[in-house]
Amino acid sequence: MPPVLSFLLEDSEATESFGAALARCCSGGTVVYLYGDLGAGKTTLVRGFLHALGHRGAVKSPTYTLVEPYELGAHRVYHFDLYRLGDPEELEYLGIRDYFDGDSLALIEWPQQGAPLLPSPSLEVTLLYHGDGREVRISALGDAAEGIRECVAAHFERKIKP
Amino acid sequence: MLILGIETSCDETGVALYDGERGLLGHTLYSQVAMHAEYGGVVPELASRDHVQKLLPLISEVLAQAGVTRAEIDGVAYTAGPGLIGALLVGASVGRSLAWAWGVPAIGVHHMEGHLLAPMLEENPPVFPFVALLVSGGHTMLVKVEGVGRYEILGESLDDAAGEAFDKTAKMLGLGYPGGPVLARLAESGDPEAYRFPRPMTDRPGLDFSFSGLKTFTLTTWQQSTQTEQDKANVARAFQDAVVDTLAIKCKRALEKTGLKRLVIAGGVSANKGLRERLSKMGGELGAEVYYPRPEFCTDNGAMIAYAGHLRLQAGQHEELAFTATPRWPLETLPAI
Repeated sequence: MPPVLSFLLEDSEATESFGAALARCCSGGTVVYLYGDLGAGKTTLVRGFLHALGHRGAVKSPTYTLVEPYELGAHRVYHFDLYRLGDPEELEYLGIRDYFDGDSLALIEWPQQGAPLLPSPSLEVTLLYHGDGREVRISALGDAAEGIRECVAAHFERKIKP
Repeated sequence: MLILGIETSCDETGVALYDGERGLLGHTLYSQVAMHAEYGGVVPELASRDHVQKLLPLISEVLAQAGVTRAEIDGVAYTAGPGLIGALLVGASVGRSLAWAWGVPAIGVHHMEGHLLAPMLEENPPVFPFVALLVSGGHTMLVKVEGVGRYEILGESLDDAAGEAFDKTAKMLGLGYPGGPVLARLAESGDPEAYRFPRPMTDRPGLDFSFSGLKTFTLTTWQQSTQTEQDKANVARAFQDAVVDTLAIKCKRALEKTGLKRLVIAGGVSANKGLRERLSKMGGELGAEVYYPRPEFCTDNGAMIAYAGHLRLQAGQHEELAFTATPRWPLETLPAI
């Protein structure tokens, strides 16, 4: 089991700030799985992430569209939401392989709906209800991802002391 | 001019035939027809977004329904965006190829333009200019429509679409997914005075929407209640009233801002009874006419694409032999005709 970092997010602004910290630490090819119940703040986190990379304007939930593409300077970011998927094989009909070219950043909500046709994640981020706020847990898979995890720890101060 | 219209931007495979003089000659959605024979008796769930296998049988079905042969078709319209690139490319490649094979022009249509023009297919169509509220599982936007290709987005959702908020709230209340219509029915037996939910973004100027925060508000309210069936109905009622009221407040603001007196409501959520009642009342107070497409043209369909394509082909617009699909395509960049 990779070590898990945990932070408290008191409100949706904190969730956005965490997303922004994550964005500053990710590079091309990073695949982030986002877990959390409905309303836990997954899309809010992605909003912070995209704004940190220079996106201006709304970050709409991709629940209906399944994926929203963003071209942000040197970055190509895909925001997936697989909540509505009936069967992982539907990903083939969406042309899923074309999205993972090793260069693009992918943020995937409800990845459990798409397994096993998704690429393995670099990072797993889980949002949990915690009183009026949220707790976010981040775990890294692989050496490069460990660097991202440490970078987020350095950039985001609200770490829960073990 | 007889136009074949093809819609494959997301979940639905829709095909229709529209004629400039005779009107709509036929239309079909995959979900409306029994295509079991083509699938060998079984329609697998995983085929729900499989436009490739559905499209050609649907086209044959519509031609048969209308009693029309291929030779009579004068042009082909397909949804070129916005939407899922993989799904769009199926409709675009089939549409463009058929047009080439038949020796007729093809046109790529903007999905949202299709929705905005859908009420023109009704017997009592609105006259330009009007304000349109497009409200569905995927979209919530207010658009000023001055003519074909003359659109100004007045406001849109910054996060969840209204229909999505309905579906997700229903899931949180244990009503299944997508349970928007179930929630709406439950809301009818709820006490409107039991709870009052916030009306997001109505206390500040502007015409944008935000429905994401209502999910958490609903969940908290439900968890803090005694969780009886009546509580559930009350929470559903408070949620629906908040969404409907927010939409109505913004529609009123849009009509006042533009000075227009015609409001068009399209999209799947426009079937919501509470919303229709509220908007009719508001229209009455403002002296504005409210228009709706028939229910099957509120959701994604081929008829709106055939219609919009007909207008553009008739105006002389058409694609070259090379075709493309555009997953992100701002509505305001369309050419006017």
